[in-house]
Amino acid sequence: MRSDASDRKAPRALTAAAVAGLLFLHLPLALILLYAFSTEDASYEFPPPGLTLRWFAVAWGRQDIWDAIGLSLRVAASSTLIAMLLGSLAAAAMSRTRFFGREAISLLIILPIALPGILTGISLRSAFNLGGIPFSSWTIMLGHATFCVVMVYNNVVARFRRMPSSWIEASMDLGADGFQTFRHVVLPNIATALLVGGMLAFALSFDEVIVTTFTAGQQSTLPIWMLTELVRPRQRPVTNVVAVFVIVVTFAPLVVAQLLARRAEGSNEGGIR
Amino acid sequence: MDSAVRFRNVCLRYGKVVALDGIDLEIRSGEFFGILGPSGSGKTSCLRLIAGFDRPSDGTIELHGRSAAAVPPYDRDVNTVFQDYALFPHMTIEQNVAFGLMVKGVNRRERRSRAGEMLEMVRLEGLGERRPSQLSGGQRQRVALARALVNRPSVLLLDEPLGALDLKLRQQMQVELRSLQRTLGITFIFVTHDQGEALSMSDRLAVFNRGRVEQTGTPREIYEQPSTRFSAEFVGDSNIVERRDPDTRSQEQGVFSLRPEKVHLSTREPVADAHSISVTGEVADVQFHGASVRYVVSVSDGRSMTAVAGNLGSRAELPAVEPGARVWLSWNSDDLHRLRESESR
Repeated sequence: MRSDASDRKAPRALTAAAVAGLLFLHLPLALILLYAFSTEDASYEFPPPGLTLRWFAVAWGRQDIWDAIGLSLRVAASSTLIAMLLGSLAAAAMSRTRFFGREAISLLIILPIALPGILTGISLRSAFNLGGIPFSSWTIMLGHATFCVVMVYNNVVARFRRMPSSWIEASMDLGADGFQTFRHVVLPNIATALLVGGMLAFALSFDEVIVTTFTAGQQSTLPIWMLTELVRPRQRPVTNVVAVFVIVVTFAPLVVAQLLARRAEGSNEGGIR
Repeated sequence: MDSAVRFRNVCLRYGKVVALDGIDLEIRSGEFFGILGPSGSGKTSCLRLIAGFDRPSDGTIELHGRSAAAVPPYDRDVNTVFQDYALFPHMTIEQNVAFGLMVKGVNRRERRSRAGEMLEMVRLEGLGERRPSQLSGGQRQRVALARALVNRPSVLLLDEPLGALDLKLRQQMQVELRSLQRTLGITFIFVTHDQGEALSMSDRLAVFNRGRVEQTGTPREIYEQPSTRFSAEFVGDSNIVERRDPDTRSQEQGVFSLRPEKVHLSTREPVADAHSISVTGEVADVQFHGASVRYVVSVSDGRSMTAVAGNLGSRAELPAVEPGARVWLSWNSDDLHRLRESESR
């Protein structure tokens, strides 16, 4: 049928603009991919003089890369864990009770994501200094947790708002204590929000530069390592190899999330509201 | 008969808002007890106190003679059918019904069989694998009922259980709830703002108004001997008759309730007799209700009274009057019921 919206053709100029926009966003990614195979190791010239796989071997053998990846994963995992715990607790408190100063506290929780990272960085640095806390991977993790909490909090608080308080009351009424109610009623209903918030928090922490710069001691996370590597004109394509690795690793959770979302949609059609 | 629930001078305040203001109430074991009142009268608050979701600000609540103050909701032998049913959307119907058994650690086999029994009892056998969202409102209501009864509570609380159902279904569920309660023999306490429902279903009921109990009694007592102007007007229709004649004896003065069906309407002046009182007026409106006809009559000093005549067919003729006609209303003075003057609040 002609009236079907999906059958209608977009104007040619609009199509061209959309394609151009997409190219602008994704061509640089393709270039990064390309230069991972370049034989030229001091500058990016186009087209690359030749293609080689040797940078993958070089990257594999460099301990500093492994250290940076390891640190980034550790920091992201632990700040996400802290964020999931504190974020969901805060969300539960905010959505289930009314108390004096509730709005103010809600704003304070969200503030770290709204404030420029440089402010968070400076204030944390001076706070750690004042407290005599030495900079370590723990200080990086704490710094990241400040904004990771927001990601989890925002997602979970929205879910809690859609959850009638009568579900919790019904569960208690039927004999479930607080822990059982959490496990059998609350958790299944906030699980996807918790997962989405956690993934966002992980991603945010994994590529954070500014707060990390202020809260790190001698260690470098992966983004910091890349930044310093770009400045040094030594084995440039190695950085690209690492970037390719990051792209591949990032795709995995994206695909999983898409599959999960599709499954949720499918069961929606089956009737879950 | 021992008491299932007893309220002793219970108050409930949220900040400055007084939800319950000195409630004394006794609900007996095994009775179908109605709590009737307009919205905001404190009837749901009362239910929440019995379930244990809220704590009284003052006074005590006893369940089967024991103070419930320190007993959390999950340790009370009381279950609730929620107004919005509160079914768990992530569980199947069978899992919903078996929830109370699962958290008590009953094994899977027994859970299945008892949930099956419950679903059979509410006539939903075969729907156990569905999700709540796949059921109609009436079916969800039955699931909520089955889920609340699976733990075999001694008291079942129902918060406006039929509010969301359409008229036919509601009438059917009223009958089913009554017979279910008679079979199980447990105490049902149900909250409603529908006076017809409260009268037809309850063994006894309490009329709530502004956080207080106006009156408790059997439906018949409350209908025929309303003690306050509020119960007279909220439960059924009522003509409020004030007699302040200085000539009459003092025991005949005061405010009285007179049910419209006790008022006789005629087109001719009735013969005076010692027990009957009559007034004259002009018909303002005639409403045909099928089983009965309701006449609104303007009497002296701008007030109006209502008379209801049953549509008895060949046994008695309905007065055929048009608005504007002059009629006489008469009633027996024994049908006047004296009201307690409401305390001003």
